[in-house]
Amino acid sequence: MTVKFCWFNLMPWPDLPDDFKTEHRSVWVDIDGSLFDPERANGVYHEYMDQLEFADELGFDGIGVNEHHQNGYGIMPSPNIIAAGLARRTSQAAICVIGNSIALYNPPHRVAEEFAMLDCLSGGRLVAGFPVGTPMDTNFTYGQIPALTREKYYEAHDLIMEAWTNPDVFAFDGKYTQLRYVNCWPKPIQQPHPPIYIPGGGSIETWDFCLENDYNYSYLSFNGYLAGQTLMDGYWNRVGELDKSMTPGRAGFAQIICTAATDAEAEELYSEHMLYFFNRCLHVFPGFADPPGYRTVKTIQAGKLDQFRKENQALFKRLTWKDLVEGGYVIAGSPDTVRERMEDMIKRLRVGTVFCLLHMGNMPDWKTRYSSQLFAEKVMPGLRGIWGDEFADAEDWWCKPMDDRVRPEDTMADARRYPEAPKGPVA
Amino acid sequence: MSATETAPAPAFEEIVITTRRGVTAPVRVYEPAGGASSGAATVLALHGAGGWLGDEPVLAGLAGAGLRVVAPVWPAWSEHTDEDRLSDMQDFALHGWDVATEMGLLRADGAAELHLMGHSMGGMIAAEMAALAPQSVARMALLCPAGMWLGDHPIPDIFAMLPYQLAEVLFADPNVGEEVLTGGADFSDNETLTRFMVARARQQGMAGKILFPIPNRRFSERAYRVTVPTLLVWGRQDRLIPPAYADAWQAALPDATVELVDGAGHMLPYEQSAAVVAAVTSHLSG
Repeated sequence: MTVKFCWFNLMPWPDLPDDFKTEHRSVWVDIDGSLFDPERANGVYHEYMDQLEFADELGFDGIGVNEHHQNGYGIMPSPNIIAAGLARRTSQAAICVIGNSIALYNPPHRVAEEFAMLDCLSGGRLVAGFPVGTPMDTNFTYGQIPALTREKYYEAHDLIMEAWTNPDVFAFDGKYTQLRYVNCWPKPIQQPHPPIYIPGGGSIETWDFCLENDYNYSYLSFNGYLAGQTLMDGYWNRVGELDKSMTPGRAGFAQIICTAATDAEAEELYSEHMLYFFNRCLHVFPGFADPPGYRTVKTIQAGKLDQFRKENQALFKRLTWKDLVEGGYVIAGSPDTVRERMEDMIKRLRVGTVFCLLHMGNMPDWKTRYSSQLFAEKVMPGLRGIWGDEFADAEDWWCKPMDDRVRPEDTMADARRYPEAPKGPVA
Repeated sequence: MSATETAPAPAFEEIVITTRRGVTAPVRVYEPAGGASSGAATVLALHGAGGWLGDEPVLAGLAGAGLRVVAPVWPAWSEHTDEDRLSDMQDFALHGWDVATEMGLLRADGAAELHLMGHSMGGMIAAEMAALAPQSVARMALLCPAGMWLGDHPIPDIFAMLPYQLAEVLFADPNVGEEVLTGGADFSDNETLTRFMVARARQQGMAGKILFPIPNRRFSERAYRVTVPTLLVWGRQDRLIPPAYADAWQAALPDATVELVDGAGHMLPYEQSAAVVAAVTSHLSG
């Protein structure tokens, strides 16, 4: 199998003020509306979409988007809108929507329909993510009851999967959704359904759900691979306990990456943007992080509670570039340095998919392209073959596009043609 | 009071029941002063989202005034883990009646002789119980109930508060509040904090089923059915559900009176117990 590299853009707002951390309560949920400038957003959205298209050009295996609401580091409440644009303007990379928070769609069948549309539009390039969703998005912004969120999520999942796999019209009598006539129209190209990715932030219940259904489990955190190892070790132990294949494709990980000519240049070019991300974009009011009932008792007992102490609210540490690089939050440096640390990361965590966070914070366009190009040309090729050929089910967690799909590079020029009468008799 | 001090014998007996739905939970029973329970009027009392705290001065006070008090511990507020069986407002209100049935509080002829009382979330449930079966309720006392939403008086979001922020909105005097809420527990100890967080997840998670994200499950559309004489008791310094809500409740209920209590916030039963006992006793004795 080959390791899959997905170029991912969170779409952060680039203009959070210098005093954001001290003068504002939270980047998420109740972020100050006056900080958003819609006219500026016109350029921001296009720049970010251009970068995703450039990543397709560079040969990344996937280009990725996700869903956040009322969030200063993710101005993408509807990733499907962005994905639709990408499906029209790219032809190679998988379109990774990681994903739609399925408990938030009313009815959740909407996700089955829109993902099927994206799969048809892209010629079978969709990778479909089903996150439970963060408390900030799911509970505080979209008003779902914390203690019932998981139950609603599982029900939404069952509805979507049956909509994709049941060829007949069927009735769905759920606790949260009742539909007399479920009939997914259109249907996805990929059968029985596109590959499913479950992004997890550390809920250990999610592991069994992924393994029972053979879905990819992707750990999306901003804490880097060193901090992520304990959790991923736990996941792989569970894979073994349930006697599933140890194929790396079962797991994905998000990693912040900064590539430059030298290690010193990496610090010089990217340091301020990483600090913007960690010190402003992640400034979330802790009261939004853990509404009672969202996390299960088991997860609380396994987790860390430090952020709830009063003294730790006041002593929030300011991270430095050195902290970020040494702690593995960011893999940064020359192509050789980045390749070496990426190899360590991929092997330690045993992952088959890497969500490459190559644009972060307020990074300007040229730096994003510079880092991405160096990574694609000088790092990625040496990492693809890490896992060799030993896994028979290696490609089960990636999309299967049509060979003869519509390719925008062939059709774009023709898209705006004026009408021309057909030759011969008119019917 | 810490657990290591010598405490007097509790003023109540706790029994564990299982309702016909299959929910197992404890019930506190406070026998009336004098010991003889036959003939005494019974109050079914429902706690707020904080659960029953200690001996509950109001419940003990009502018993002292000659009432029998039956006080269920709501699912999730005990070690029994049946809370998943109740999902919404209807489940909650029916569970209240299931407890009354199991405890033998309902007369076979359906006549009204049971009083209801509830604080905050418990008041919201008691009011819904009365809307479902007004004929089975004699009189009702609601202590600053949740259950309505006034756009001009938004209720602070307790679900987005950190534990140390609660006392400020719940008590007229936050310093007293801190002690009542934590019982002096040391949260720098990880085990204590984990126990606290687990209890918070279960209990406030359960409360969220009827209080999150807005504590309004449209009771006001059913309030017309609550014809029983109802007393609304409210702390003048209630910063969670401010006294403006007392007026809204009074306007919504067909037969309601309001009593405002000085020196009390939302945790009024713990801040001005004697005043609450006096007002409720007077109302229930009709």
